[in-house]
Amino acid sequence: MRASRNYFVQTFQRDTGMLSRVADSLYWMSRYLERADHTARLLDVELQLWLDQTPEAGAARWRFLLEALRLPAAEAASVEPTRLLDTLVFSRENTSSIVSCIATARENLRHVREQCSSEMWEQLNRLYLQVIEPWPEETWMQKSHAFFHAVQEGAHLFQGITDGTMSHGEGWQYIQLGRYVERTDTLAALMETHFSRVSHPADQTVESAEYLEWVGLLRACLAFESYCKTYTAEIRPLRVAEFLLMNPDFPHAMRFSVDRVNAALHLIGELTERREELPTRIAGRLRAQLSFSQIEEVMVEGVQAYLKNIRSECAQIHAAIHQIYFDYSIESELAYE
Amino acid sequence: MTAAAMPSFRSAHPFVNYRLNSAYDEMFGAPGIPREFYQALHRTLVGLPPEELRKSQQAADLTFLHEGITFTVYGSKEGTERIFPNDLIPRIIPAAEWAKIERGLAQRLTALNMFLRDIYHEGRILSEGIVPRELVYSCKHFRREMRGLNVPRDVYVSICGTDLVRLPDGNFVVLEDNLRVPSGVSYMLANRKALKAVFPKMFRDYGVCPIDHYPQALLATLRSLIPENCKFSQDPVIVLLTPGVSNSAHFEHTFLAQQMGIELVEGRDLLVHDNVVYMRTTAGPRRVDVIYRRVDDDFIDPLCFRPDSILGVPGLLNAYRAGNVNLANAIGTGLADDKAVYAYVPKIIRFYLDEEPILHNVPTYLLTDAAQRKHVLENLENMVVKAVGESGGYEMLIGPQSTKIQREDFRARILADPRNYIAQPTLALSCAPCLIDGEVESRHIDLRPYVLMGEKVTLVPGGLTRVALRKGSLVVNSSQGGGSKDTWVLRAAHGEDPLSQISDEVWNGLARKKPE
Repeated sequence: MRASRNYFVQTFQRDTGMLSRVADSLYWMSRYLERADHTARLLDVELQLWLDQTPEAGAARWRFLLEALRLPAAEAASVEPTRLLDTLVFSRENTSSIVSCIATARENLRHVREQCSSEMWEQLNRLYLQVIEPWPEETWMQKSHAFFHAVQEGAHLFQGITDGTMSHGEGWQYIQLGRYVERTDTLAALMETHFSRVSHPADQTVESAEYLEWVGLLRACLAFESYCKTYTAEIRPLRVAEFLLMNPDFPHAMRFSVDRVNAALHLIGELTERREELPTRIAGRLRAQLSFSQIEEVMVEGVQAYLKNIRSECAQIHAAIHQIYFDYSIESELAYE
Repeated sequence: MTAAAMPSFRSAHPFVNYRLNSAYDEMFGAPGIPREFYQALHRTLVGLPPEELRKSQQAADLTFLHEGITFTVYGSKEGTERIFPNDLIPRIIPAAEWAKIERGLAQRLTALNMFLRDIYHEGRILSEGIVPRELVYSCKHFRREMRGLNVPRDVYVSICGTDLVRLPDGNFVVLEDNLRVPSGVSYMLANRKALKAVFPKMFRDYGVCPIDHYPQALLATLRSLIPENCKFSQDPVIVLLTPGVSNSAHFEHTFLAQQMGIELVEGRDLLVHDNVVYMRTTAGPRRVDVIYRRVDDDFIDPLCFRPDSILGVPGLLNAYRAGNVNLANAIGTGLADDKAVYAYVPKIIRFYLDEEPILHNVPTYLLTDAAQRKHVLENLENMVVKAVGESGGYEMLIGPQSTKIQREDFRARILADPRNYIAQPTLALSCAPCLIDGEVESRHIDLRPYVLMGEKVTLVPGGLTRVALRKGSLVVNSSQGGGSKDTWVLRAAHGEDPLSQISDEVWNGLARKKPE
């Protein structure tokens, strides 16, 4: 039994763990909101880049965008940009559209409202009401930036409110876990697509034609300013990869996200007295990999393979969390008693 | 009030159009003369500018909306959420009146619990012919699965919300017992919170009994009902089982769980293994001892009752029978609030307690009886007809306010299934002043106090006063356009507080219950 935090209150057996359903809802709520935020960032950058592109280049881009968002590319060839945007932003049929993601996040939180602070609920509800408002097609291009900005700001606000108003107990850790698992996964997918598309000698400064692409990648991760502070504005693929994969301090970098996943899993392990469980071990392995690899080696062996591996580890962590904390078989658990 | 009657910028006081009718009026003993304990309230209301009242009402409404104090109305397409309308003028009950209500309800609940135990065991009351056997066995809430099952402390109904109405002679009578999953207690607490904010000074001056300890009292009651095989009897695991967010009372479920500090679970959170109930937590399965269930019998265990239910827990009844878990309320309690069994409650009280009922029943016609049925069918326009197993004001005919078509419909239904209906004379429920669009008007009300029974009987001094907001309407159910108001039970004089104590006679009744 873990040591009581409050020395005057005896801890009982019931003190450990929380309802699996609630933990599951908080985790998914957080994943969906992170996904909405990510899609909004990506589309925002994409629409900005689109302005500088020739029409031929434009069409190919959308296919890559869909790939980066892990949506079936089949639709892309036939669909023209405005329809595609509608699919990615407003469509309810597409469960990964921004509006669908926010609606699902809200629905998840609604089911466990008594477990979060009322401020959190109000913020997510407000964001939901904001995005389901009708945005007329004629003015959409004018206002798209404002829309994407509102989604990102709403998600940031929610994160701040969550950190400031909710007790940082086990439930909060699942919210952290959801956010950073999703971030690791989406970032890996985005980078994988990018590196498959834009080939450039790793350690040379990129030329003007490709410059926008690399800046776009950094901007989609909100990383351009931090990158410049670290390496100056000189863009080299090696450095971009190093920054996005291995920077320990930047919140949208892979290493940072995996560190957070680790920390959350570690604390959850403590709180539920399941320190040695599978999710912690897989996440620890991934963390070690990111902490101790050299970017030059990664580039030699191929960034894409490296990223594919990260995504597979990420999927394993997700499955393990489900299996250990949310959806375990009751017989095997009771066998230990 | 006509525009011409308004002398200047300040309009006349809000009672100017208040009219008494044949029903008992809670505030006025005679036109314009408030009863003694209502005088201070009346003075305050008359002294307030109408604008002020309107503003206070709006502020209270807004609080309800923001805190999400809502209920869901069924029947509309996708369960519309509404706030439960709250009326700012409190209903006041003096200490002496409350003492009688309290004794009467404790007596009634004690007897009904003994009745349930008897029915599901020896059936003495049936063998002695006090209550007809066919009446009990034809009740759709009778559960043969409960026969011979011993429940902790012999308490079947631990949470009860009895509906009382006041007749023109000033006496409270019992309109119906709600012994299954009575709701509304959260509105009682919310109303109190709102009123304290609006009239703090008057509230203090009045000396109103507090009710805020209800969740604690409920928790204590649940803790006293641990099952036989409870592992950690010092620290039992208690949960509240809700049908989920789409249930009309979901707000109340979250509220009570939060206030008691217990887990709010859904059916899918619980599972039964080797006749033990567990909830699925991230730290592994945790054994559950007491379930305060807000899921109806029909849905609670798909293996025993409705097999299509996904709200319940498969195998729960077996765990219950094995004495590994307790349910509050027990299964099969709906038998005792069947509206036809209701007619026998005075006899039930006399039979088990050997006492006269303190609170009376409303005269009730049993439609299985040919003579009574004939009388009712001939006088349908003066009767209220109710389905015996329904609650919430569904499937009900109010004779004087019905159309001919509705009456014909009910006549056919009664003839097709007489056991399923009862009839009562239309009662003039008492009236109380309510704030309607900034003016005070008279509306019909009832009273639902909440009675808890575990180790002892506990009543918090108060209850939910429900208001039929439509003018002239006699239906107070929230689902039928009702609202509610705060209920102030006044402290007894001389500083003594007899209200939370149960009288000796009732205690004796309780003691008699346990011969073994």
